[in-house]
Amino acid sequence: MAILIDENTKVLVQGITGSFGARHAQLSLDYGTKLVAGVTPGKGGQKFENVVPIFDTVSQAVNETGATASAIFVPPPFAADAILEAMDAGVELIVCITEGIPVMDMMKVKQALKGSKSRLVGPNCPGLVTPGRGEKSHGGCRIGIAPGYIHKRGNVGVVSRSGTLTYEAVFQLTQMGYGQSTCVGIGGDPINGTSHLDVLEMFNNDPETEAIIMIGEIGGTAEVEAARWAKDNCKKPIAGFIAGATAPPGRRMGHAGAIVGGEEDTAQAKKKILAECGITVAETPSEMASALMIAWGK
Amino acid sequence: MNIHEYQAKELFDRFQVPSPKGKVASSPEEASAAAKEFAGAKLVIKAQVHAGGRGKGHFKNGFKGGVHLIESPEQAAEFAGKMLNETLVTVQTGEEGRLVRKVMIAEAVDITHEYYLAILMDRATCAPIIVASTAGGMSIEDVAHDTPEKIFRQVVHPLLGLQAYEIRKISAELGLAGDIAKQFGKLLSNLYKLFIQCDCSMLEINPLVTTPDGRVLALDAKFGFDDNALYRHPDIVAMRDKEEEDPREVAASEYELNYIGLDGNIACLVNGAGLAMATMDIIKHYGGEPANFLDVGGGASTEQVTAAFKIILGDPNVKGILINIFGGIMDCNVIAEGVIAAAKETGLPIPLVVRLEGNNVEMGKATLAASGLDIVAADNMADGAQKIVKAVG
Repeated sequence: MAILIDENTKVLVQGITGSFGARHAQLSLDYGTKLVAGVTPGKGGQKFENVVPIFDTVSQAVNETGATASAIFVPPPFAADAILEAMDAGVELIVCITEGIPVMDMMKVKQALKGSKSRLVGPNCPGLVTPGRGEKSHGGCRIGIAPGYIHKRGNVGVVSRSGTLTYEAVFQLTQMGYGQSTCVGIGGDPINGTSHLDVLEMFNNDPETEAIIMIGEIGGTAEVEAARWAKDNCKKPIAGFIAGATAPPGRRMGHAGAIVGGEEDTAQAKKKILAECGITVAETPSEMASALMIAWGK
Repeated sequence: MNIHEYQAKELFDRFQVPSPKGKVASSPEEASAAAKEFAGAKLVIKAQVHAGGRGKGHFKNGFKGGVHLIESPEQAAEFAGKMLNETLVTVQTGEEGRLVRKVMIAEAVDITHEYYLAILMDRATCAPIIVASTAGGMSIEDVAHDTPEKIFRQVVHPLLGLQAYEIRKISAELGLAGDIAKQFGKLLSNLYKLFIQCDCSMLEINPLVTTPDGRVLALDAKFGFDDNALYRHPDIVAMRDKEEEDPREVAASEYELNYIGLDGNIACLVNGAGLAMATMDIIKHYGGEPANFLDVGGGASTEQVTAAFKIILGDPNVKGILINIFGGIMDCNVIAEGVIAAAKETGLPIPLVVRLEGNNVEMGKATLAASGLDIVAADNMADGAQKIVKAVG
């Protein structure tokens, strides 16, 4: 099972010939992901690494290969258009890695996605990994930029806004011998496609997922909404961490969305609400996996 | 990115958002000429710095106040002479103060009533939201806390934009009528255009005023721009005043490093924004004080690491450095070599703790150990934080 993607998911990459897209397309291929198509306007008919066919448009790629998921690596000025093109082509899961998309663009995209059959993850996110069953989790589905080899197939779901903090949590889990069902990076922008709550719901419904790590940060109320939902609805143990306890108010901490706006969205306030909702909060980022062991009774 | 008051006025003029008459001046002569141009009106002279609290501030030359009423063009020139190229200290500038390079000569308006009006990008609804209040001229946070019923909010549909009925609703909530309501409607409509067309993240007018002679004017404004959208606004980028920014942050931005200076004494150098925040947090957790936020990004080069080192070491408060790298895709050995190259170039006068994890980590650690540099290796984040806190004492 796992959520959103599994080893059979057919993936296409928008922006496969750019250096960033090409590098990570290759790493996904190496990981055993079913990467079936690339899209770069004007390069239709060529092949990526002599294996993966490249198309001019997303609809051609979907029609020819049956891809159901897309990873977007196009530069910020063109990223909103790329998301809309994937939506138009009926791609079920659109994962936008691109960092630096104007908020106004995302505001429009978010509206356009309403009522469509597409789910957007990101933007400004590391993507998703459902680890495979092979050595170093080979044979899994990797969409985005996460290091595949740190994963291990298992039963912990991980959801986070930040890439490197996700890797940190996954690494801690794997070192302790606990694998992951799916790891989802939802991205650090103020407007994104998929929320913490959306992912918690999916983990709650996924039979393979037994426990959950939710990583958040300052800015917005997404973690709090997810925690309040989980209090009444989630059957599975959750550990949480909130980054940004030392961030000064009003400053954007790298992620466009990581900014302390008011008294309500400081790290301390969020941690308190998470704890009140029954989530085991890790005091430091070094203790994310061990906090889960406490919540999980392992 | 912040802009000056006179630049805000330029944007208001361009979008026909009425504000008091005003002109910027860089010399006493220009100040005098501007005062002549507005002869007949009551005028003020205002020092142009990004910090608040100007009126109550003082200049290092002894002159009091960064905002003054002026009676004549001669006085405009005299005050401009005392402000220009002098350092203004306010509650927000710290003791070092800010050098004043420009002053604004502006009309001092009489006020009938003060209102609050803002447009923000709202995360919860993913749409612009208009916030208005009859309690203008004070901190909106205080109003929200003490008299929340005085704050009115209207979410605007992201694709439809601001509608006429929404303007009428807000106008009615503020108790405006007749010609004042008409002027307010035009002002809000133009302000919304400015917000959208300039990719603002926040646009706050506090206060918005009505005057005895029947005008509606934006008296003071605060702008926030979406950094991600600046590429399509060269005119706004041109308004950036690097002299007003933390020089460390300016230097960092030249190397595409994400740096924010803080007050502590333990510097950190991290890849990834989330991990960088968490590294600051864990330093604090173990009793230290972080000196900065620094995200070198996913593919940091030797040049970037060296630049980051120089910026860190340029901060006299820094007594130790913690490097925390989770090299998922990046080769840890490349990072190790970057750190060594940087340390050799800049010297290593203070303790350095390095936590490396990820791809090719064994090689990276071996490279650091063989460098002959006095680098303390850490096994994980907690270990690294504890070691650097101990090292700086």
